[in-house]
Amino acid sequence: MRTIGEIATFVTSKNAGPFLLTLDIVFPDEATYHRFVAGRPLDRATVARLYGLSPDDVVDIIEFEPAFAVKITLRRPWASGAVGETDVYGAQQHVPLARHAIEWPETA
Amino acid sequence: MNPMTVLAPLGMLGYGIPARSMERGLARDPAVLALDAGSTDPGPYYLGAGVPFVNRRAAKKDLVMILDAARARGIPVLIGSAGGGGGRPHVEWTLDLYRELCRERGYRFRTAVIDAEVDRAWLRAQVAAGRVRPLDHDRALTGPDVDAAARIVAQMGVEPFLAALDAGAEVVIAGRACDAAVIAALPIRAGFDPGLALHMGKILECGGAAAYPRHGSDSLLGVIEDDAFTVEPPNPDKVCTVASVAAHSLYERANPYELHLPHGHIDLKATRFEAAGARAVRVSGTRFVPAATPTLKLEGVARVGFRTLAIAGVREPQLIANLDAYLANVRTRVADTYPDGYRLMFHVYGRDGVMGPLEPVRGSHPHEIGLIIEVIADDAETSAAVLALARSVALHVTYPGRKAIAGNLAFPFSPSDLRAGEAYEFTIHHLVAVDDPGALFRVEMIEV
Repeated sequence: MRTIGEIATFVTSKNAGPFLLTLDIVFPDEATYHRFVAGRPLDRATVARLYGLSPDDVVDIIEFEPAFAVKITLRRPWASGAVGETDVYGAQQHVPLARHAIEWPETA
Repeated sequence: MNPMTVLAPLGMLGYGIPARSMERGLARDPAVLALDAGSTDPGPYYLGAGVPFVNRRAAKKDLVMILDAARARGIPVLIGSAGGGGGRPHVEWTLDLYRELCRERGYRFRTAVIDAEVDRAWLRAQVAAGRVRPLDHDRALTGPDVDAAARIVAQMGVEPFLAALDAGAEVVIAGRACDAAVIAALPIRAGFDPGLALHMGKILECGGAAAYPRHGSDSLLGVIEDDAFTVEPPNPDKVCTVASVAAHSLYERANPYELHLPHGHIDLKATRFEAAGARAVRVSGTRFVPAATPTLKLEGVARVGFRTLAIAGVREPQLIANLDAYLANVRTRVADTYPDGYRLMFHVYGRDGVMGPLEPVRGSHPHEIGLIIEVIADDAETSAAVLALARSVALHVTYPGRKAIAGNLAFPFSPSDLRAGEAYEFTIHHLVAVDDPGALFRVEMIEV
């Protein structure tokens, strides 16, 4: 098992407009990217569980080969900066994803 | 056609232009200086209060470099989302700075000012006609939402910039604008493919952010041709790589394959990113898909009250262990005096201050915690009064096993209570269908 943070070059979060939060996982090379997406380690239910959200709040999981990246977009529980906000830019919401451990045999 | 070079001096007016990048960028003979000055990222306050989120002195330093270059080389300057929020006070703030600089330097430019604020009566009529739909959420817009908003802007596409350039503008100061449109406007006007021009615009709008190493505000060059464009950092210490440019397509967007503008969207499904030498990337294959019905993106905020807050720390283990009961006790005692008419919140750093309800780590035992006590009420005096009571109760209220009876909180500041002013929320983030994507945006020519 390896965490996504250990496998990827970047794991990052940011608002995509005031109502969405987007998480990017960028892999170091084509081989790592393909190995990751082939294992299909992330689906809506898994991501929802990591953040305590409903699977309906996971808007999209998109593979973007040009950047060797996987992008996950969540519906924000509230709009950016609303009363009760903790992270206006959404820049520190990546850790549950980065710490998520997946099957990653060292001899694959 | 001959290639056209666009220089984006930086990704946000006020974040700083490295002098060497500007100099080397200008040496490539750009046809235009185009830049984005806005974002919704800093939250709803700035749009609502009508103030910029950048420092005036810093913005002036950037703008003088841009105007000096424009004057010396006789090339136009396009600024989108002026003043951050792109509303009328934001455009005015930018114009004030611009006029001051032109006075100081003795410059005169034929100047276009483009308004992006939305007329409420018009928008209510669009709501009534069913031409408005939510974007990224599911709350339908209502007439009362329109009336309650402090400010509403629409994001312009390329059309108003084309109108301004057609009117002979040398400098365009525009309200809220799609960042890609600001940079794509001149290439589109010259007849370049709009898919390529807008994709180049999207990469250049953050300035040097699409180049590595990615530190500090910087410039980026784009050179558009008939069937491709090339991006390259003028800063010799940075490079654009296929990875850096492709990764930028991910930035702050839900879908890296599509970018929507009023008159259509660009489609990246067939886009190719190729290295062009060691420092540049050539991009081709991006397509523009015209919209059957043009739509404008609306952004609006409403004032939800006035915020007061106090910052404190807790080191006492017994209090940290009893934190929930303690905070509930504070809340109850405040409610004894002020039963309603406010919202009292506790931000607990060291526990879930960063992620709130999304925090998966529960039951940890930090040795200290940071506490922000926050009150929002309809008027500033109520907000301050409730916060003052909450702060004093929090300092002195007892909890099980209390031995440190002199005070529960460590305040780093005197005064402890900070008035944070008006609080706003995004209440409008919708698309409105329009017949003419340029019609809403008034272009005014002024002599400066």
